[in-house]
Amino acid sequence: MDELVTMTYSEAVREALAIAMERDERVFIMGEDVGTYGGAFGVTGDLIHRLGEDRVRDTTISELGIVGLGVGAAMTGMRPIVEIQFSDFTAQAMDQIANQAAKIHFMLGGAVNVPLVIRAPGGSGTGAAAQHSQSLEAWFAHIPGLKVVMPATADDAKGLLLSAIDDPNPVIVIEHKLLYKTSGEVRPGDTRVPIGVAEVRRTGGDLTIVATGVEVSRSLEAAEILAAEGIEATVVDPRTLKPLDTETIIAEVIKTGRVLLVQEAVKTLGFMSEVAAVLSETEAFVHLRAPIKRLAGLDIPIPYAPQLERAAVPQVDDIVAAARTLVQEW
Amino acid sequence: MPETSATIQLLSPEGRLVENAANEELHALVRELDEGQLRRFHRDMAVTRRFDVEAANLQRQGQMGLWVPSFGQEAAQVGSAYARRQQDHVFPSYREHAVALVNGIDLVDIIELLRGNTHGGWDPKQHNNFHLYTLVIGSQALHAHGYAMGIGLDGAHGSGDVERDEAVIVYFGDGATSQGDVSEAFVFAASYNSPQVFFLQNNHWAISVPVERQSRTPLYLRSTGFGIPAMQIDGNDVLASWAATRQSMDAARTGQGPRFIEALTYRIGAHTSSDDPTKYRDGADVDAWRAKDPIARFETYLRGLGTEESFFEEVREEADAIAADARRRTMEMVGPPASVIFDHVYTDPHPLMAEQKAWLERYEASYGENA
Repeated sequence: MDELVTMTYSEAVREALAIAMERDERVFIMGEDVGTYGGAFGVTGDLIHRLGEDRVRDTTISELGIVGLGVGAAMTGMRPIVEIQFSDFTAQAMDQIANQAAKIHFMLGGAVNVPLVIRAPGGSGTGAAAQHSQSLEAWFAHIPGLKVVMPATADDAKGLLLSAIDDPNPVIVIEHKLLYKTSGEVRPGDTRVPIGVAEVRRTGGDLTIVATGVEVSRSLEAAEILAAEGIEATVVDPRTLKPLDTETIIAEVIKTGRVLLVQEAVKTLGFMSEVAAVLSETEAFVHLRAPIKRLAGLDIPIPYAPQLERAAVPQVDDIVAAARTLVQEW
Repeated sequence: MPETSATIQLLSPEGRLVENAANEELHALVRELDEGQLRRFHRDMAVTRRFDVEAANLQRQGQMGLWVPSFGQEAAQVGSAYARRQQDHVFPSYREHAVALVNGIDLVDIIELLRGNTHGGWDPKQHNNFHLYTLVIGSQALHAHGYAMGIGLDGAHGSGDVERDEAVIVYFGDGATSQGDVSEAFVFAASYNSPQVFFLQNNHWAISVPVERQSRTPLYLRSTGFGIPAMQIDGNDVLASWAATRQSMDAARTGQGPRFIEALTYRIGAHTSSDDPTKYRDGADVDAWRAKDPIARFETYLRGLGTEESFFEEVREEADAIAADARRRTMEMVGPPASVIFDHVYTDPHPLMAEQKAWLERYEASYGENA
């Protein structure tokens, strides 16, 4: 097996884009500032120079337009990848995402596929305020017809994106702005991470933490602090929100009997509400020795001031405190 | 995208008046301006530029998360801002620092906003109906139309009395013209004949995407197909900006329907402090536009009218003092307490806010002195 390569999450996304475009001429990228500028977060980088401006297409500020023409291109058999500069702006494009991309295959009786990938950086922590910091993954997971992935590591960012590009369905890839500059080991070449398979990132017998996105690394960091106190946590990263690997989550919760669900998104009707519901209506329920605990963002718009922004979403300390309480009280 | 044969200019880049058949009516309006007003044009442009430079430096020194430079767009903003009448409403995008200044906003409030000490910045009602900065591209074009519809339903325009009839001006950039919101606002404004002026500052760049990529035709042609009369002006000419806006606002308020102004100007600086324009444009274009600087040309014009050096010196001193004051007050700013994050999520008490606020307080208290 080839050796692992250390690279940033952002570089891993770029590598996946390059691999997909080099092997398949149907793949192209569209988005605001993705070309000459290399992307608002630098993700597309030099791709325009490597693959040309026909395939790395700078667009005007027209989110609805970009996604809509992505749908059309996908229907002809192309493999468009649309970058929405901030995931918040999927709001502008929501008709094309929810009413069109998600439903065309169904309404045409399966005659046409919409192999569209939408990459959307989400999350807070970069000082981007209320309209540029939301975690909206639950919106997409709520729409039948869409697949939703949320890579938390560099290797997953690459592997899930490659799988998404090959997937015949529309796939929403929620990347995280804070993760772009983090590094991780990445398998070289055209290596996939299958959609719909969770990853157990750490094992421990006292509780099971299920976390998504940026909360995965925070949970792992929290688990190390907890371990120093004698509390051992399992950390499960679903990686794909839809279809959800319920089997792995249920099995890992049964092993410890305690579960802490951690998401950055606001608590009310967030993705972890669904995980909690799954746990409460399956065999996991009878193995629980503590109530299911959700740790989530406060139900408020993300504030701009750094100290307020931090307070709005779960940080490492918060995960440690919640896990400690769960284990000590139950 | 350079000037076209249709571009209306009253003052050349060299600071000389340009007179022709196309700008005759606007010159007639400008002749009504007294010397004090002309001096205020210069003062506000110069103060905004000096403040903009100071604020950009403060951002680089970590005092703000972001700065949005207005450098180069002062004439488009100051002229159009003074053209409003007291009863009007103004809907800005996020770069309209000079419009804010003219409308009585304390410039430090913009720093408060971009530092995150407030979620919005100011109360429009307390600040001459100058609405909040809009951070999502183009949304405000529709808000402005909604407000203009309200004026229509109130019967607050169309009497013919310019001192009483209300109108709305909305600012947006070339980037916003590709956003559906702006085209939809054109449709509604034309359909309802609303008292609204669309003021486009074409600063030539939507972050890294040049206006040539955004439109194959001059943007002022855009609204005509919707039934909205348009004009293209030299946006670095404060006199053209004032006169065109005054004329268009008065037409809109007196019942003649919406108007569209494309002001050709240039974003000399970055889109925001987050980007580096050298990655996507070369210096030649910037130099060409620097030669058309809005402040320099107006200063030359004022000197030609006999304005003495002492006036310009006073303005420089005042601008420096305002910048120094902004720096001092920024350094003294204290961040808001965590409890404010629950304020104003809803208009009235909300059980979930109360629950989470209580939880946060208990949680923070659990850390004791170390919180």
